[in-house]
Amino acid sequence: MARAAKASDSGKKLSNVSKDELLKYYREMVLIRRFEERAGQLYGMGLIGGFCHLYIGQEAVAVGMEAASKDGDQVITGYRDHGHMLAAGMDPKAVMAELTGRAGGSSKGKGGSMHMFDIATGFYGGHGIVGAQVSLGTGLAFSDYYRQNGNVSFTYFGDGAANQGQVYESFNMAQLWKLPVVYVIENNEYAMGTSLARASATVNLSQRGASFGIPGETVDGMDVFAVKDAAERAAEHARSGKGPYILEMKTYRYRGHSMSDPAKYRSKEEVEEVKTTRDPIDHIKTMLQQAGVAEDEIKAIDADVKAIVLEAVEFAQTSPEPDPSELFTDIYTEA
Amino acid sequence: MTDILMPALSPTMEEGTLSKWLIKVGDEISAGQVIAEIETDKATMEVEAVDEGKVEAILVDAGTEGVKVNTPIARLEGGASASPATVQAALEAAVAPAAEPVAAAAAVPKPEVRDPEFPEGTPMVKITVRDALRDAMAEEMRRDDAVFLMGEEVAQYQGAYKVSRGLLEEFGDRRVIDTPITEMGFAGIGSGAAMAGLKPIIEFMTFNFAMQAIDHIINSSAKTLYMSGGQIKSSIVFRGPNGAAARVAAQHSQDYSAWYANVPGLKVLAPYDAADAKGLLKAAIRDPNPVVFLEHEMMYGNEFEIPDVEDFVLPIGKAKIQRAGKDVTITAHSRMVGFALKAAEQLAAEGIDVEVINLRTLRPLDTATIIASVKKTNRLVTVEEGWGPCGIGAEVAARVVAEAFDDLDAPPLRVHQEDVPMPYAANLEAMVVPSVEKIVKAVKAVTYR
Repeated sequence: MARAAKASDSGKKLSNVSKDELLKYYREMVLIRRFEERAGQLYGMGLIGGFCHLYIGQEAVAVGMEAASKDGDQVITGYRDHGHMLAAGMDPKAVMAELTGRAGGSSKGKGGSMHMFDIATGFYGGHGIVGAQVSLGTGLAFSDYYRQNGNVSFTYFGDGAANQGQVYESFNMAQLWKLPVVYVIENNEYAMGTSLARASATVNLSQRGASFGIPGETVDGMDVFAVKDAAERAAEHARSGKGPYILEMKTYRYRGHSMSDPAKYRSKEEVEEVKTTRDPIDHIKTMLQQAGVAEDEIKAIDADVKAIVLEAVEFAQTSPEPDPSELFTDIYTEA
Repeated sequence: MTDILMPALSPTMEEGTLSKWLIKVGDEISAGQVIAEIETDKATMEVEAVDEGKVEAILVDAGTEGVKVNTPIARLEGGASASPATVQAALEAAVAPAAEPVAAAAAVPKPEVRDPEFPEGTPMVKITVRDALRDAMAEEMRRDDAVFLMGEEVAQYQGAYKVSRGLLEEFGDRRVIDTPITEMGFAGIGSGAAMAGLKPIIEFMTFNFAMQAIDHIINSSAKTLYMSGGQIKSSIVFRGPNGAAARVAAQHSQDYSAWYANVPGLKVLAPYDAADAKGLLKAAIRDPNPVVFLEHEMMYGNEFEIPDVEDFVLPIGKAKIQRAGKDVTITAHSRMVGFALKAAEQLAAEGIDVEVINLRTLRPLDTATIIASVKKTNRLVTVEEGWGPCGIGAEVAARVVAEAFDDLDAPPLRVHQEDVPMPYAANLEAMVVPSVEKIVKAVKAVTYR
């Protein structure tokens, strides 16, 4: 494997970044972005209903975190979940078909955008109640601790959820019992329309576990390698029995909170500034170019990703609606 | 070529104003680029391109009002997007009328649920409800390492009501876990552990405190199997005392039976005696679904006889005829079964032969047993400790009216807590809760005596 880039622009020590690794993260991030753009389009065509929260802008977080996870680790998040599912390795077809409410969706069309799961890839949702996934993710970590299986629960939540009471109930027990959980706070600066500063008495979210003695650090969530480095430190801490760890990811969502949010609470200039100076995909693309990766090779990935996404779109439109008999299934498990 | 369509920007948008184009014919555009601004009745929104390519034509001029969703507004050269035809087909599929809903799965006949039968002469043993609950947990914990108990004061203190006495000693602190006072947190941790395949028993010191945790019981546990298309199972028991205690006033005396029995995805059990307590709790722990198990503080110290057999398990979903009779059916659950039995004794002395049904399972309710009884007695009185409106009695009465209307010789009557928060004063408290006298009066009313 050829040693390639150093992230010269971020100044981070990336002595062992291989070209293959760069290409892998580039592909995964582009997949999320193209997928989400198409989801937005399908929403615009009326093929996706209800709420649809896009992950565009935050791709480096899910991809960088995933790079530090091992088989058996669990992932759980809130309602802005499409990126985590793709990063975890779920089939884009099943995710897109769930968005369109079709039988081929990962929840057979019964869950929708905010409620998808996949045990095979360790993805435990997809939760629509803000903050609930923090206690649930701590429970996943409890199961790892109970079984002493060496697995870690990656529990994601946003800067908005960071003010929910159960987050701190969970922090307390996780540290008390030294549960193997990494709390990933995706700070995209806005809880729907309320900026962090307008909702939080303290804005350094990495220190939200300080009163419980939980270590935390703030990470550039737009730099996939910074995310991955931090993820490895945090996962090692949790895996070695030292308990929970908090990573505050400084990131940004380009789109509104949901599809119907025009995002009037922030200026166009602010969004444009992030898009042009901090974009996570541009960042890794620059690294690829610096590593001497040919433009054709990058274009080939783009084309490949586009084909995957279009295949998912096609499947999501042609997969039938759930059979009416599905209405009454999956309410109880047969004893 | 690829058409760019007028997008819907909210769940309710049907048309909008194309206020501004940010591109012109001949421009090369890329995915994610803002190409236009659209005004809806709510807001002005930016539209991003999804396809890359060269703009071949602008089909709708800037400033056009009332542009219907999905109208082509611009055209790109090249590009290999979903063709308009595909889009159209998909839209037709999306608006195709749904087929007639099929009958509920409940229509599928299921094998009849029966209580285990014990031969004549099976030895009986006297045990309190408290110890029966403890034994049930201990037996299931011996049987399955995935079962653990978590809650406030369950370990070192031996349980706030001493229900978990001795469990820490036998199973250690890995499986009998004291929590901080943090209901929402530990109900969530239990729910998450259940998603990962463990079988938690979550004890609430009382169900009054479970209101802080009800989001996890309903949103996280009851609904997840459905939301996940059958992938995520939650084998978890939420248990603890429910209903009125003595002189603890409004916030510590509430019966939540109807709240939980309202929710699909939950099973809801309410034991009366020691046999119910042991047999149903064992069944609840083994059940692969979330179970709400409603105990009663004022029953914990009561002794009953139970069959002295190994592995005594009762079926979920099966009511018990606690006392056979022919004149009136009384349905009751939990502590109220005892009240109903006492009322039946008094009434027997006056020549009224009452049948008492101990519901035991509130969801799924054993409608068949209730209907069969009413068809025999032609009269119904429901008894519950909770409030009347939208209560368990209301549900029982509705089912009986729907399925045995012609068998009724009198309108069903409900006995329940008065429609006020629980007062503290002894005399007021006594007036609020159901009593043997109130039940006797109701039975006489439906028998016109």
